[in-house]
Amino acid sequence: MKGSDNDIIVCRCEDITLGEIREKIREGLTTTEELKRVLRVGMGPCRGKSCVPIIRRELSRMLSLPMADVLPPKDRPPVVMVKFKSILEGSEE
Amino acid sequence: MSFDVGVIGGGVIGCAIAYNLAKFGQKNVVVFERQYPGAGSTGRCGAGVRQQWGLEMNCRLARGSVKIFEQLSSELGVDIEFRQGGYLVLAHTEKQIEQFEKNVSLQNSLGIPSRIITVEEALEIVPYLNPESFIAATFCPTDGHANPLLTNYAYAKAAERLGVKVMKFTEVSGVERSNGVFKLTTSRGNFEVGCLVNAAGGYSKPVAAMVGVDIPTYSERHQILVTAPVPRMFDCMVISFTSGIYAQQVPQGSFVLGIAENEEPSYNTNSSWQFLEHITYEVTSILPVFGELSIVRQWAGLYNKTPDSQPILGEVSPGFFVAVGFSGHGFMIAPKTAEIMAKLILGIKPDIDISYLSLDRFEKGELIVEPSVVG
Ligand SMILES: Cc1cc2nc3c(=O)[nH]c(=O)nc-3n(C[C@H](O)[C@H](O)[C@H](O)COP(=O)(O)OP(=O)(O)OC[C@H]3O[C@@H](n4cnc5c(N)ncnc54)[C@H](O)[C@@H]3O)c2cc1C
Repeated sequence: MKGSDNDIIVCRCEDITLGEIREKIREGLTTTEELKRVLRVGMGPCRGKSCVPIIRRELSRMLSLPMADVLPPKDRPPVVMVKFKSILEGSEE
Repeated sequence: MSFDVGVIGGGVIGCAIAYNLAKFGQKNVVVFERQYPGAGSTGRCGAGVRQQWGLEMNCRLARGSVKIFEQLSSELGVDIEFRQGGYLVLAHTEKQIEQFEKNVSLQNSLGIPSRIITVEEALEIVPYLNPESFIAATFCPTDGHANPLLTNYAYAKAAERLGVKVMKFTEVSGVERSNGVFKLTTSRGNFEVGCLVNAAGGYSKPVAAMVGVDIPTYSERHQILVTAPVPRMFDCMVISFTSGIYAQQVPQGSFVLGIAENEEPSYNTNSSWQFLEHITYEVTSILPVFGELSIVRQWAGLYNKTPDSQPILGEVSPGFFVAVGFSGHGFMIAPKTAEIMAKLILGIKPDIDISYLSLDRFEKGELIVEPSVVG
């Protein structure tokens, strides 16, 4: 096996490697949403900022799809992490 | 292309029914899934597994499912992260305690090891609880929690290994019945199936309507959120039927929590700010320490409801089966329910009587009264 990049950690929040992502794509997952749900990639506090571009590139490469057809997963609120405390304080104002 | 059995919906219910059919030897089974397994309510749910029910049938379905969950990771070949940290159910009124006493004696008679506990005992299990916020609780140590995404995925994969065809990104848009077969129009071509199963979750009603069967189901948005991971705080699910709140720390360290809200029937799965305010208020009143936790993400999914919040199971017209209307507890009873559905489809007598859950109960006015539902 050539100087493997499989050990590269793609998702730092959840500690997921490129190898694990490739394995799931080979098993038949074809979208970023499916990979997110099965591997938790992009679910962590960084909200997929670093891993999603790498995952999209890998899907595009392995499935021979144009990048434009490999959509990022749905962005969900809140936009930044927020403490329950600040919501409590906010609603009391 | 033709199949013996077609399942519409690749959520935990549809995939588990397909898996059980194949396990019992049925060949030529197909699952049609509009998106991918886990895209519907299953992948959005709290995935709590509770056996503390007020009706014998629900206790049996949940108890049977826990027995399956206990060995499901090895059966399906994927670690579904099933953990038995228990469920702590808070009581806030004397009337609730009376009901819980009845529930517990029924549960115990069915082999479910639940018990009534005092506030002090509850604090030993979850030291972070506000002792002013409840007057007693029930606890069942063998209740638990699994990863719903992995469970759904594991059932789909195991079904495929047994020969089931799982068709992702395949939406069924029309059904015609002729000469004893169902002719399906889908976004990926036409198919014929001998027997059809509606496991379409939030979309059970439009799917039944395609077959010309009217079922009294409707959908309702339920919202939920996840916090940033923190070191282990407690192992059980904490719930209250008064506020409809539930909170559970998942193995990776995050808390997943949701709350029942007044919702109109709809297919809306957008998130709202009001939900954040509502759940913040309720969670910090029972677990003040939550003020310090950070919310990473919120989302929403559909409860598929019926007039009595209990599912409809069985054959509703020749060759057409439904497993729908699971309200907020379709995940926890999925393993046993799917096994029973597969038996019904194959003409094998199931070991739990589910005739109470037939469609005609609504016409006959024999609605089920389950005192212990969330939302
Ligand atoms: C916020 C929330 C929290 C919950 N918490 C819990 C809990 O703690 N414990 C518990 O037991 N339950 C819980 N539930 C309930 C649980 O999620 C559901 O009862 C259960 O997942 C239902 O599974 P299902 O397979 O019937 O539905 P789904 O998972 O929704 O699967 C149905 C599938 O059918 C597909 N479909 C629909 N129409 C078509 C069509 N025309 N063609 C092809 N495919 C179609 C959909 O894409 C979907 O994937 C919760 C639900 C929500 C929303």
